[in-house]
Amino acid sequence: MEQTARMSVTASALDIATLQAALDDARAGGYASFEGRVRDRNEGREVCALHYEVHAPICISEGDRIIAEALARFDILDARCSHRTGDLELGEVAVWVGVTARHRDAAFAACRYIIDEVKHRLPIWKKEFYVDGDSGWVNCAGCAGHAHPGAPGDARVAGLSAGQDRRVRGVAHSR
Amino acid sequence: MSAAVKAVTAEYFAVFREQAGTDRETVETAAETPAALYQELAARHGFAEHAERCKVAVNDTLSDWHSPLAEGDRVLFFPPVAGG
Repeated sequence: MEQTARMSVTASALDIATLQAALDDARAGGYASFEGRVRDRNEGREVCALHYEVHAPICISEGDRIIAEALARFDILDARCSHRTGDLELGEVAVWVGVTARHRDAAFAACRYIIDEVKHRLPIWKKEFYVDGDSGWVNCAGCAGHAHPGAPGDARVAGLSAGQDRRVRGVAHSR
Repeated sequence: MSAAVKAVTAEYFAVFREQAGTDRETVETAAETPAALYQELAARHGFAEHAERCKVAVNDTLSDWHSPLAEGDRVLFFPPVAGG
């Protein structure tokens, strides 16, 4: 299988200057990027740190697939994405997307497409650590406000212990 | 229907790993698909997620929940993701 390596996963701080340099292209009239950063609160709870867990092989293969989709769908020249794994502090960059295009419209649109797909499709999990000492994996199990169309009347959620239920509610959706 | 028992490796990530108390285990199962295996393991470990909100990979390739399982497969169970 050809490895395009447009997607990467790293345990150290994202080196955005180097990532961006790989996109240098004299034809590019526009460069759009997105940086997702660790913020200090989520769903009303004060966050002090994050831990990301990834399955790197599928992150890279599926991330490359997403970028290939963007290259086919938008009039862009190239794109890259890199995601952190491990422990992150407030303000650190967790994910970066960079796109070059002849014109800005396609660069913005492709950048948006890639980050949205990355958040939904890649095997990446985020554990939030709260100022109050609690912690929890970010997902929407048992989150009534975000009932999933594929999971009506989640009977199993009713079986959660009180502690699990509190944790699950507290972490809910991130964005 | 006589379902043959096979040995597969189940691998867990994030909340599944914490709930199972291990990142992988060998499972003797008559399950013919990842979906059926997930039902068995969810009952054993108390996984609260519906399979349709999760993803499954077989031998490091994203897979359909209803693909056939073979002896020796590594079945990776991914809880709902939260990248970015």
